[in-house]
Amino acid sequence: MRVEVDQPRCVASGQCVLAAPAVFDQDDEGIVRLLDATPGPEHEEDVRESMAMCPAAAIRLVEG
Amino acid sequence: MTAAAPRRVVVVGASAAGLTAAETLRRAGYDGSLTLVGGEPHLPYDRPPLSKQVLTGAWEPERARLRRPADLDALALDLRLGVPAAALDPAARALTLADGTRLTYDGLIIATGVRPRRLPECGTPGVHVLRDLPDALALRERLAAGGRLVVVGAGFLGAEVASAARTLGASVTLVEPAPVPLAHAVGQRVGTHLAQVHRDHGVDVRTGTKVAGITTGAGRATGVRLSDGTTIPADDVLVAIGSEPNTEWLSGSGLRLADGVVCDRYSAAAPGIYAAGDVARWHNPLFGTDMRVEHRTNAAEQGMAAARNLLAPQQAKPFAPVPSFWSDQYDLRIQAFGHLRDHDEARVVDGDPADGGFLVAYRRGTVLTGALAVGMPPRALRPWRTALAAGTEWTRALDGPPEADQA
Repeated sequence: MRVEVDQPRCVASGQCVLAAPAVFDQDDEGIVRLLDATPGPEHEEDVRESMAMCPAAAIRLVEG
Repeated sequence: MTAAAPRRVVVVGASAAGLTAAETLRRAGYDGSLTLVGGEPHLPYDRPPLSKQVLTGAWEPERARLRRPADLDALALDLRLGVPAAALDPAARALTLADGTRLTYDGLIIATGVRPRRLPECGTPGVHVLRDLPDALALRERLAAGGRLVVVGAGFLGAEVASAARTLGASVTLVEPAPVPLAHAVGQRVGTHLAQVHRDHGVDVRTGTKVAGITTGAGRATGVRLSDGTTIPADDVLVAIGSEPNTEWLSGSGLRLADGVVCDRYSAAAPGIYAAGDVARWHNPLFGTDMRVEHRTNAAEQGMAAARNLLAPQQAKPFAPVPSFWSDQYDLRIQAFGHLRDHDEARVVDGDPADGGFLVAYRRGTVLTGALAVGMPPRALRPWRTALAAGTEWTRALDGPPEADQA
């Protein structure tokens, strides 16, 4: 699984960091930063939670 | 409540809350039929950009789409767009759409949102509201031509439109009946600060001023008449005086309606019926109060909670979120967590309004109930969010330097 983030869309809500702290972080402006673009399957549920919570629809999961 | 798992779920409302509910049902393994009903003809799109990037023209409307068509296809939805729901009959477990279509369900999620409150002159050319995509595109076309805009109501929507309009070069007057804009929502200090930010950007801010009516000539808006008798000439007027929940279709359904669909702490309005997003009024046990939250983050969180509780009512979890919102005005980011309304005290606890960046903590009774940052790095708010989620006493929240909790 590969995670993609659309930084220009990000609104710095921080919801992804709360849901999947091993995968996402925020820079000083609060914009999403990917810690791990290819997280293991143990993180899939957290990443899907982040996608659902993101108020900017800025996270995508690419299967494979 | 039926013991059997639902096999036929209908979600009414195809914006953020409804779409998130539908996605959550599928993610939880629900493989029964799933109908998503939307009153608007468009594929699900996001509303916050309408008063920001879409209005300034930075984004084309397609960018505001919530999901790509392929992602929607993967949900295997019975997608019914452009036809709003018209009536609900819980005894028959059936709803009727505006075109007469009858849909039966064994699980229902209501996410029909809100609509703008209007003035009698709404509908006259040049008088705008802003809720949906056509509203945004109509206003954007007018603002792109320059001209004079009067914004009636200096809430977050009105303030964001004023900001976008100034960015586009329009001359803007912001009219607000309260002495300080947003004071009831975020307190005097923040409201005063934001009003000054608008003045600094050339907005004519008129507070403590009521609108008596909108003047028209040759079938178009020509200005706004104030209660003191003066008139502000305008080419366009935006009416941004709040919203009303879309619950008319539920009258006669037996569901309790009181400024929204009244739900319990599980977001349930009745057995097998849940509500989510702007339309839902529920009891948030974290703050011990009923609330209805018109913020984008709540739409997603409550859509998820409603979907999960619908699928597993025996294991239902109370919906106890820390609400949050953000607003972009000029180059300023405003971000908040918690339940800021009805606060007893708002105190600047970090930074300094004079420097442009500051953080305000809110108290109700003896408990920390909110935190808001203007022009601060979002990281500064994180420990306050943690303290809010834990229901921290005010004195402890102020004493223990929250930075110590930061991971």
